[in-house]
Amino acid sequence: MFGLKRLVPLAIVLALIAVFGVGLTLKPGEIPSPLIGKPAPAFELPVLGQPDQLLTLDTVTRQVSLLNVWGSWCIACRVEHPLLMQLAADNVVPIYGLNWKDEPTAAQRWLQRHGDPYVASGQDLAGNVAIDYGVYGAPETFLIDKAGIIRHKHIGPITEDALNNTLLPMIRDLQAAS
Amino acid sequence: MKRWLFALLLATPLAFAQEGLNPEQTQRFQDLIEELRCLVCQNQSIAESNAGLATDLRAQVTEQIQAGKTDAEIKAYLQARYGDFVLYNPPLTAKTIVLWVGPFVLVLGVLIAVIVQLRRRPETEPDEQVDRAALKKMLDE
Repeated sequence: MFGLKRLVPLAIVLALIAVFGVGLTLKPGEIPSPLIGKPAPAFELPVLGQPDQLLTLDTVTRQVSLLNVWGSWCIACRVEHPLLMQLAADNVVPIYGLNWKDEPTAAQRWLQRHGDPYVASGQDLAGNVAIDYGVYGAPETFLIDKAGIIRHKHIGPITEDALNNTLLPMIRDLQAAS
Repeated sequence: MKRWLFALLLATPLAFAQEGLNPEQTQRFQDLIEELRCLVCQNQSIAESNAGLATDLRAQVTEQIQAGKTDAEIKAYLQARYGDFVLYNPPLTAKTIVLWVGPFVLVLGVLIAVIVQLRRRPETEPDEQVDRAALKKMLDE
């Protein structure tokens, strides 16, 4: 009885270590989106570079597509940019851009310098469409199917791992289904 | 004078006066933005935060108040897009039950532990008789 009692503090410490250990693996920066499985919010935005034309959700949902939130001011967007360029070059899936609260000239210059993987980018100058999509930081990427349902949201720069193990399999499944 | 200015500065709440709102609407605006969490800087409300997104969300709240939306509608609008996380006062659901009940369970647990400990403690013996005369002698020396 006496020996067992002495183990209590040790047990508490071990339990705390376990709790903190689990805490370390969590990503509090990634807030799960309630929009997964729901229809993508409709939008109508002037196309970057051709502001007299409109990018709408109908265009995006002609095929299974990615909607990528980016800005020329966004440093982390440069990290994932080579992967987007690769995806576009391989013709895997059309990528549309949501150019979030950006200066159109700066945005165009950015695309000239780093390459343009987007079929088209919509200029969300006021950030209203971003709010509709629950965007809270760039980059964020939405996977939208042909029915206009948001299937997945990737928060932060797309990594090689996330692309190969999550996004690409989902894209292939959705493409096969439609 | 300087001191007064400083005191004034401290006393002034972070007020984001929005144009085009009457006093009653302004009050609603202030109350609402204090209940909404800034998602970029997660430990601040959108009333406290200067992040770009917080500014946009404040503008969004203003617009919706002007459009005649109720507080509940505005909160539901943001909740549908950003999840429960945007509310500083999250609803009681299966997911948040620990958040709501946890602290009370903890306090109750500690209370029970303390009571058990106190009860188990043997009756304390009456203090040993102190030889006051000897003590006084020691102190005087």
